[in-house]
Amino acid sequence: MPAVSKGDGMRGLAVFISDIRNCKSKEAEIKRINKELANIRSKFKGDKALDGYSKKKYVCKLLFIFLLGHDIDFGHMEAVNLLSSNKYTEKQIGYLFISVLVNSNSDLISLINNAIKNDLSSRNPTFMNLALHCIANVGSREMAEAFAAEVPCILVAGDTMDSVKQSAALCLLRLNRTSPDLVAMGEWTTRVVHLLNDQHLGVVTAATSLITTLAQKSPEDFKTSVSLAVARLSRIVSSASTDLQDYTYYFVAAPWLSVKLLRLLQCYPPPEDGAIRGRLTECLETILNKAQEPPKSKKVQHSNAKNAVLFEAISLIIHHDSEPTLLVRACNQLGQFLQHRETNLRYLALESMCTLASSEFSHEAVKTHIETVINALKSERDVSVRQRAVDLLYAMCDRSNAKQIVAEMLSYLETADYSIREEIVLKVAILAEKYAVDYTWYVDTILNLIRFAGDYVSDEVWYRVIQIVINRDEVQGYAAKTVFEALQAPACHENLVKVGGYILGEFGNLIAGDSRSSPLIQFDLLHSKFHLCSVPTRALLLSAYIKFINLFPEVKGTIQEVLRSDSQLRNADVELQQRAVEYLRLSCIASTDILATVLEEMPPFPERESSILAKLKRKKGPGNLHPDLDENRKERSVNGGTVATSPTPSTDLLGLGSTIATQNSAPRASKGASLLVDVFSGNIAAFPVETPVSVGPVADENFSRDISYIPTVRWGTLGILVGIQSWESIQYIKPKIPDMRCLPLAPFPSRFVCKNNGVLYENQLLQIGLKSEFRQNLGRMYVFFGNKTSTQFMNFAASVVCQDTLQPADPTVDGGAQLQQILNIECVSDFVDAPVLNIQFRYGGTLQNIAVKLPITLNKFFQPTEMTSQNFFQRWKQLGAPQQEVQTIFKARHSMDTEVTKAKIMGFGAALLDGVDPNPSNFVGAGVIHTKTTQVGCLLRLEPNTQAQMYRLTLRTSRDTVSQRLCDLLSEQF
Amino acid sequence: MMRFMLLFSRQGKLRLQKWYTATAERDKKKMVRELMQVVLARKPKMSSFLEWRDLKIVYKRYASLYFCCAVEEQDNELITLEVIHRFVELLDKYFGSVCELDIIFNFEKAYFILDEFLIGGEIQDTSKKSVLKAIEQADLLQEEDESPRSVLEEMGLA
Repeated sequence: MPAVSKGDGMRGLAVFISDIRNCKSKEAEIKRINKELANIRSKFKGDKALDGYSKKKYVCKLLFIFLLGHDIDFGHMEAVNLLSSNKYTEKQIGYLFISVLVNSNSDLISLINNAIKNDLSSRNPTFMNLALHCIANVGSREMAEAFAAEVPCILVAGDTMDSVKQSAALCLLRLNRTSPDLVAMGEWTTRVVHLLNDQHLGVVTAATSLITTLAQKSPEDFKTSVSLAVARLSRIVSSASTDLQDYTYYFVAAPWLSVKLLRLLQCYPPPEDGAIRGRLTECLETILNKAQEPPKSKKVQHSNAKNAVLFEAISLIIHHDSEPTLLVRACNQLGQFLQHRETNLRYLALESMCTLASSEFSHEAVKTHIETVINALKSERDVSVRQRAVDLLYAMCDRSNAKQIVAEMLSYLETADYSIREEIVLKVAILAEKYAVDYTWYVDTILNLIRFAGDYVSDEVWYRVIQIVINRDEVQGYAAKTVFEALQAPACHENLVKVGGYILGEFGNLIAGDSRSSPLIQFDLLHSKFHLCSVPTRALLLSAYIKFINLFPEVKGTIQEVLRSDSQLRNADVELQQRAVEYLRLSCIASTDILATVLEEMPPFPERESSILAKLKRKKGPGNLHPDLDENRKERSVNGGTVATSPTPSTDLLGLGSTIATQNSAPRASKGASLLVDVFSGNIAAFPVETPVSVGPVADENFSRDISYIPTVRWGTLGILVGIQSWESIQYIKPKIPDMRCLPLAPFPSRFVCKNNGVLYENQLLQIGLKSEFRQNLGRMYVFFGNKTSTQFMNFAASVVCQDTLQPADPTVDGGAQLQQILNIECVSDFVDAPVLNIQFRYGGTLQNIAVKLPITLNKFFQPTEMTSQNFFQRWKQLGAPQQEVQTIFKARHSMDTEVTKAKIMGFGAALLDGVDPNPSNFVGAGVIHTKTTQVGCLLRLEPNTQAQMYRLTLRTSRDTVSQRLCDLLSEQF
Repeated sequence: MMRFMLLFSRQGKLRLQKWYTATAERDKKKMVRELMQVVLARKPKMSSFLEWRDLKIVYKRYASLYFCCAVEEQDNELITLEVIHRFVELLDKYFGSVCELDIIFNFEKAYFILDEFLIGGEIQDTSKKSVLKAIEQADLLQEEDESPRSVLEEMGLA
C-alpha cells in the first residue's frame, strides 16, 4: 500500500498537507493556512452547489487545520450536511469533524441528533456504528437526552450485529458517565449481565466495561454478574493458549478481558457461595502459578500481558484481604519483581506492595523486603521509581523499623529530587511523631529535617515540633539544649531560628545553669540571627525576648536596650514597631508578678489531628495514606470533637485557631472582654465575635483596675498588638478617641490626597485597591481586596471604624480572587483623622490583622469655584482675621515643575485661577468645602521660590480648623 | 478508563489527540504542552509509567513517535501499554509498516482506526481481525463510491 493517500484519499488534502510541512516558519504556515481558509470560505459561500466529494475534502482540510492548533469558526454546517450523505466516506468525515469540533452547546445539535437518529434506525451496521461512535465521542447532555432510551434497546435486541452491540455497550457507558440520571435502569439490565456469556469475546469485553461501571454505582442490581464473571474467567484461565484464536495475545489468553473481569470482581466482596469462591481461588492460584512458568515468548508483549493479568489478580487478592496464603504468595511474587531487570515491573511491584503493606496478613511479609526497597531508593535512576520506593517505605513503617526507615529517608533527603522533597519531609515528620518512643529522637529528627531541607519544611512541621515539646515535660530540657547547639552553626535555616527562638523563650531557663549557655549567651545567640530574618521571624524573636525578661531578670537591661533602639521602635514594619513599643512598655511598668502572669509558660496544647497528616492528605489524596493512620484520624476526631467545632480545622497546629483561644483564654478573658465591650460599644459588633479579647490603648486602665483578667501572652507569628493581648487571637480595634499617636497604623500614601484611585496597601498576602468618587459632601469608595496567594483566606472581615460601619464582606476570599466592598461616605463636619479600615482574616492558620487609614481627607469634599481677579482679592481681604489664615513655608520635596503643581492643585479639588496673581509664577486657587452642616469657602495661594527650592503656602478659609487641615494636607504634596 | 491519548513526535509535534472526557480547548493545549515536556525529558531506560496530576501516564516510543495515554488511578498500567502496542499493530497492518508520515497524511484514517478500537476510553475489541475488517469494509465502500478525477480538478484548478 502506498505510504501516502491510502484508500484513494483526497489528493487536494495531501497537497495541502505537504505545503504546510514545507513551510519554513510559523509565519509561512499561518499565511498558507489563511490562504486555504479564504479559499474554503469562498467555496462554501459560492453560488455553485458543492458536490459531496468537495465538501468532504474541504471539511477534512478544516479538521486538519484545527488539529494543527488553529481556531476554526465555520464549516460546521457543511459537516452536518455530510452526515446525511448516502456515501459512507462522506458520512464518516462528517462524523469525525463533529466528534472533534462540536461542543455540546452548539445550536447545530438538533440537526446532528436528527442525522444520528436516521443512522441508528437505518439497520445498516456500519452507519449505526458511526452514529454510536459519535454519541460516545461527544457524550453531551443533549445527546444523552435524545438517545439514552434508545441505546439500551439496540444493545439487548436479539437481531443486533455483534459489532453494533459492542459500540452500543460502550456508548451507553459513556452516557452513563456523563449523565447518569438520564440512563434509567430497567428490564435491559439483567439482559446486559447475560452478555458476559456471549459467544463473541469482543461483545463480552465491551459489556464487562459497561457492567463494571454500572456495578460501581449500584452493586445490588448487578450482583448476579459475579458468578458469571468467575465462570468466564475460569474458562479463559484454564484454556490452552491457542483456544481463543484472535483473542490470544502473544500466547496469553484474552488478557484484556481477564483484566476487566478481575476489575469487575473488585466491585464486590469475596463471593459467599462456597463453590464460586473456590473456583475463583483456583483461578487466582492458576494466575500466580503461571507467573512462575517459563515464558512462552521472549517478547515483552508476552510478559506485559501476562503480568497485567497477574497484577490485576493481586489487586483482587488485596481487595478481598481474606486469604492469607494468597496474600503471602502475592507478596513473594512482588518481591521477585522488586529486583527484576525491567524498570516497569520494579515500579509496579513497589506500587502494588504499598497496598499490600496495609493488610494485617501480609504486612510482615512486606517488611522482609525492606533492604531491597532501601536499595531501590539509593540506586534507582528513575525518579518516578524512587518516588514509589519512598511511598512503600512509608507504608511499611511500624514501630520495629521506624528508626531505620526514618534514617534512610533523611539521608536520601540530602540528595533527593527537588520535586519530591516536600513530600518526603512530611512523611518523615509524620513517621517520626507516630513511632517516637523517646521524644529526644523525635526532636533530633525534626531538627535534621530543617537542617537538610529547611526550605521544604512547611510551617505545619515546625509548629508540630513545638506543640509536642510544649506538651511533653521530659523532652523540654533536651530540646532547649539541642536547639541551642544547632543555632551555633554559622548559617542556619530561618525555620531553625523560629523553633530555636520559641523553645529558648519557653525553656531557655532549663539550660541556663550551664555557664556555656547562660541567659546572656542565649540572648546574644538569638539576636545574632535577628537581622538576617524575615519580619514574621523577627516578630517571633521579639516575643522570645520579652519571655526572656521574665525568665532571666538579669538580662532585662540588655533586652530593653535592644527594644529601645531606633531600628526597633521606629521600624518601618508596623508589627515589629508595635511589638517593640509594647514589650518595652510592658517590661518597664509591670511588676515581676504581673510579668510572670502575663508571660507564663504556655499551657499544653489540646491533642488533635496532626496537621502535617492533613497536609499530606491534601497533597496525595486520601487513597495513598497508611490506612492505619486514617483510622487514627477517625478515632481522634470522634473522641476529641475539637476539629468539628473549629471554623478552620486542621491547619493551625499551634493553637493559633480561635477554638483553642476561646477554650483556654475565654474563662479568664470574659470579664475583661465585657469591660471592653462597654468601652468600645458599637465597634466591637462590626467583627465576627469569635475571640472577644481585644484591648485598646485604654488597656492600662483595665490593667491597673483588674489585673487578673489579663490574658496570658501567647506565641504567634503575626498580629498587631495593642496594649496586652493574647498573642494569637489579636483583633485590632481602633477606638474612636482623638489621641492616636500611640497607634502605629499603616498610613495611606500621600499621593491619595490628590488622587482617587490606586493601590492603597500591599503586603505578601493581600492587595487593597481603591476607586472613589466624591460630590459635594458625599462620596463613594470601592475597596478591592485581592488575595495574592493561591490559598483561600478564611473568616475574612473588614470594617471601618468611623461613624458608620461597613456591610460585612464575604467571609472567604479565594486564592487569586478579589473581593469588593462599597463604602458610602458622608462628610458631616470638618475633620482631621481619616477613618481606619480594619481587615482581619485567617491565612494558613494564622490570623492576620491589617489596619490602614482610608484616604478620605477633607479636601475630597472640595468643589472648585471660578472667580475673577477682583472677586478673589475682595474675598481674600474679607478673610483677613488672624485665625482664618494659615501660612507655611517649606522646602520642595519634588522637582518644581509648573505643570505638575497645577495638576496637583486641581487634584486637590480647588479651581486653579489663572491671571489672578500679579506674579505669573504664583498659583492661586479657590473652592468650597461641603459638609452636611456647613459650607466653608477656601482660598489658597502658593508661591514657589525656585532659587531657594522653597514654597510659601497660604490658606484662608472662614474656619480656622479647615485652614489648618488644608494647609497641612496640601503642603505635603510638593 | 482512559482519559486521553496523544501521539507526538520527538520534536514535540502533536500528531493525534483523542479526548475521552469533555475538556476545554484551552486546557487541552496546556495539558498537551506540559505532558510532552515531561515525557520528552525522560531517558530511555526509565519506566513507562509516571504520576502526573491525578492521572497515571503510560507511554511508549515507537521510532520517532511517542504514544502516550492517561488513565485513571485504578487502571492497569501494563494492559494500557499493550493497548498502545495493539493500536500500533493495527496501524502497521493497515498502512503496511506504518511511519509517522502515514499518520500525518492520513490522519483521518488513524482516527477511524482508533474509533474502531477504543470507544469512550474503553477497549471495544481486542481482536486485530475484527478491527481491521471494520476499517477495510469502509475502504471498500469508499472505492465503490469514488469515480476517478483529474489531477487538475483535485487541486481546484478545473
